[in-house]
Order: sequence, then C-alpha cells, then structure tokens
Amino acid sequence: MSPVLFLHGEHFTAMGQPFLDRLGAGRELHAPLYPGYDGAPPDPDFRSVDDLAYRCLDLLEELDARDATVVGASLGGWIALEMAVRDRSRIGRMALLAPVGVKLSGREERDFADLPFMREAEAARALFHDPARWAPDPAALDEPAAEALALERQWAAWYAWKPYMHNPALGNWLHRAALPVLLLWGESDGFAAPEYGRKLAERLPDARFETIPEAGHYPHIERAGATAEAVLAFLESA
Amino acid sequence: MMQVWHFSEMAYHPGWEFLDEGLRNVIPSRVYDPEVGADLYHRYLDEWALCDRLGLNIMVNEHHATATCATSVCTIPMAILARETRKARLLCLGMPIGNRMDAVRVAEEYAMLDVISRGRVEMGFVKGAPFEINPANSNPAELEERFWEAHDLIVKALTSHDGPFNWEGRHYHYREVNVWPRPWQQPHPPIWMTVASPGSAARVARKGYVIAALNTGYVHTPAVFGAYRESAAEAGIAAGPDRFAYLCIVGVGETEAEGKRRAHAILDYSRTTPRVQPQFFYPPGYSPAARLAGLIRSGSELRIQRRDGSDFRMQDGAVEDFMAAGVAFAGTPAQVVEQVGEFASVVGGFEHLLMMGQGGFLSHEDTVANLTLFSEEALPAVASL
Repeated sequence: MSPVLFLHGEHFTAMGQPFLDRLGAGRELHAPLYPGYDGAPPDPDFRSVDDLAYRCLDLLEELDARDATVVGASLGGWIALEMAVRDRSRIGRMALLAPVGVKLSGREERDFADLPFMREAEAARALFHDPARWAPDPAALDEPAAEALALERQWAAWYAWKPYMHNPALGNWLHRAALPVLLLWGESDGFAAPEYGRKLAERLPDARFETIPEAGHYPHIERAGATAEAVLAFLESA
Repeated sequence: MMQVWHFSEMAYHPGWEFLDEGLRNVIPSRVYDPEVGADLYHRYLDEWALCDRLGLNIMVNEHHATATCATSVCTIPMAILARETRKARLLCLGMPIGNRMDAVRVAEEYAMLDVISRGRVEMGFVKGAPFEINPANSNPAELEERFWEAHDLIVKALTSHDGPFNWEGRHYHYREVNVWPRPWQQPHPPIWMTVASPGSAARVARKGYVIAALNTGYVHTPAVFGAYRESAAEAGIAAGPDRFAYLCIVGVGETEAEGKRRAHAILDYSRTTPRVQPQFFYPPGYSPAARLAGLIRSGSELRIQRRDGSDFRMQDGAVEDFMAAGVAFAGTPAQVVEQVGEFASVVGGFEHLLMMGQGGFLSHEDTVANLTLFSEEALPAVASL
C-alpha cells in the first residue's frame, strides 16, 4: 500500500489530530514531528527547510515508499515542495494545505502576514475563520499550554525567520514538481491569501486549486472533515 | 574605588506626546523634527563633555526606531566624545553585536575609537532588548549563538596582529579578517556585558568580563551578582568589585525634594520603556519558552518589585516606588550616598555606578546641576564606598 506522509504546519500542531484520525483511517499514515517540535532541541547543524526536506526524503527511503501521498500544511507544504523539486521518485501526488515557501510578490510586498509581530488577536484573525472558537486566548492558557505555544513559535523562527517563510530560489525550480498537486485553501486565510494559492497553482506543472469555505489558514483544523474529504477524493483520483 | 558613569539615552522626548501606545518600532519619523533633534543632540553631547571636567565617566548605548533613544549608532557619540574629552573613560553599553550583521566592522569601530581616545574605550557587548529584534530582523531563536560567535570573532580580530585570518562560522563569513588600526589598549579594550538573569551571569563570569545589571533592583541583583561570583570562583577567576556594575537613576538636589523632582523627571525613561506594542516584547525564541509563555499570557505587562516584594506597574511608578525598588537613588547628596551604600552592601559590592543623570524631560539646566552637585558633593563619598 502506498503510504501517506503528513507534514505539519508551524503552529497548533496538536489541533490537527482529528484531521489525522480521518486521514489515517485504513491507511499507512506517517506524521513525524520536526526536530524541535518533537520536544528535543534540533542538532545545531539542522536549521533549515532544506534540512527538513532531506530528512523527509530519507524517511520515504527508509520506508521504501512507492507512490506515496504527501500532505503538507503551511510550513509542511513548503517542505513538500522542496522535496518534490529534489526527488519525486517515491511520491505519487501531493495535497498541500495553504503551503508557504515560494516568493511570488515584489520586494516591498509580503506574501505571508508577519505573524511574529502582529498582536495576538490580529494574528488569530489572520489564521482562523472563526478565531473565537479556534484560537486560544493567551490570557486563559495554563503554563504548559502557553509554553507549548512559545516553543512552536521558537521552532518556526528557527527554520523560517529570514527569508521569512520562503526560499527565494524555490520559485525557479517549481517545474521539477511535475506531479499531481492539489492546492487546498481556506477561503478566509489571512496569513497566505487564497489569491497567492491561485498564483502558485499557475506556477506548478500539474496543480489544481480548490477552496474550503469557513476556514482560515489551517483548514485541516477548522474544517477537519471537509478537508479530509477533499484530500481523500484527490487521493482516489490522482 | 567606585567609578561613576553618566548615561543618557538622548531621548527625543518632544515626539512623545504625538505617539500614544507605542514609542518604538512602528512609529513614523515624520514626528521627528531635525532642527529640534539637532539641538537635543548637541545638548546631550555637551552634558557628556561636562563629565570630563566633573570626574565622571561616560556611558552611551543605542536603540533603533524609537523616540525614547535617538542614539541609533552608539559609536557616533563615542567618536565625538573621544575627541572632545581627555580623561573620561568611554563606555558603550552597548553594542548589540548579535544584531549587527557585520562583526568585523564592530571591531574596526572600537579599534579606531580606542586609538583616537588614546585607550579610553570600554567595549560593551549586549544582546539588546527584545524590541530590537524587529528593526534588526535578526533571528531571535539564534540570537544567543550569534552573539557569542560575534564576540569570538571581534576578540580575535582585535588581538590578531600578524595579518589576516579566515572565518567561516555559522553566522559570519570573511576571507581575510585584518583589522586596522590595532587597538591602543592591549590585548584589547575591557569588555562589559549586561546580564539580567543568574543563568547568563555564569558564562560572563568564566570570561572575567565586567557584568552590568540594569535597573534590576534589590530583588534581582543579588542573585545575578551572586551567580557571577560563584561561577568565577569555580573557574578560579578573581571577581573583585571592579567586575560589577549597576545602572540606576540618580537625582540629587540641594534639598531632598529637588533631588526627587529630578529623579522623577529622569524616570520617564523607565516609564516609557514599556510603551511598546506587546508583540514586540516577546519575539519567538528570544528567551527560554517558559519566560516567553509568561509574557504571552500576561500581555507583557512590566512590573517592578520593591525591596519588600510588593510590585508596581513600570508605567506609573512614583519616584518613591522606584527608590523602594533600588532602581532610583534620589535626594540630597548625603542621602544618595547613603542609598548607594546600602544597595552596594545588599548586593555584595560593585565598583561601577552607572548613573542615569539625564532622562526624559529633565532639562539641560537641571542635568548640569544634577551632574555638578553629584560630582562635588556625592562623588568623593561614593568613590570611597
């Protein structure tokens, strides 16, 4: 059976579990946590999305995966793209949920909202369609939960601070990601706008773009069921 | 013997009333009037130059994109004062070396200043406040590591005199590091570092550098200095009082009320420090996650602890609150001497009093009176503490 590899996003990793439960039902699912996110500080030499991409390619090799499906959310989608332009021999298709990683705008514009320097409430509105339901209230968090939040932010900075959430060269190599790609976007995404996703789809050799209503940047969190259905439908068809 | 250093942030206070919640990071420079700013720069430089005649040393620093501190390049006032003064030692506390992308340039600036001043430079290296991450766009999750690599490179650059060496580190790359001039002081100007927690004091202690605690008061300073002493002892390094510095607000007057009035005015420096949009206070990875978690939960409200353990909001402390915390010393010269002596005895002694003698709206006349009266009537007694 061809495995499914899920690559998580930069924030709210634990909230993706209901989506993973659906995605993994009856399938061989691998959902590794990245170094740092797994609770152990990364090796000092391990600090880029390149490193993450090679680590994930190694994983596919260790699994002797054939025709794998890579599902990546945000940062995970970026890692998936970096994998695909390097070596897609073990990958059959990719379903990317609002991936970051490619610079599409000019030098004085941002493709991705500057989350680290937004107010908590403003960042929550950028990330979620319904922040009141999904975004944690910082003041109401207990210590372990606030620390987990701070650690996810720390590792996001570790891997993607500058250039912010992208690899300036990746756009030059997207022609190498010649495999079926589903780009799935929350209609209310204020971190990476759906318009960015449409443009990215045009830059990929074989991508289709779909949106999920009533979802922000993490559709697999806000609309776990609908997102899983869309991914599984793509998995069957591609 | 206690040495006293006068410090000012060269505040652009005329802009404060036009800015509300934030005085840093995102404020438009149209608020800044260069003609008013020029007068202020010259005025602050005059006050530092006066220190040379008063037997006080000089301390400068730098901040970025802020109306609280118009010194955006610390070596510029250092350069002017290197020529305007003859005796005063010139401390920059400090150079945010982890936020400067060109470490060799830092070595060159310090070396040149040291020669022009004929060996009066003290090199402060600081990590910089959290809100400095945004203007520098340095990666906060790597700051500690980048800071120490910059340190290693700068020290090697200042002490290598046999031609170039190569540097291919994690953060800095140079084919030929070859700093000219070589510094006046050998092997290099003294190094200072600011430390806010006992944890980071240990590494500074093992290097034997001067440790400076900034406004850490009665509650936090003993642990920071204590950790330094302990680590120095373990490493077999003598940690005499000359290794310790404390920054505080000082207001002296002919009367207690006048001294407190001056300190009160200077304390607008402290009261404006938290006027930052909260998210700039906790860049990801800047501090250990447990500390950042606390700031995320609290909305980064800064509170200062009095000696008795009670606390107050930094924005609205009265002069008496800051005095009770050991952050401000104020009153007549005799009262200030007594307060400094008491503080020194509690923290285990220090030989560098970093005196914020100007801050906020304190006028030139008041600043001159503050510095002069301190020099004439407090300095002799403070020096022998």
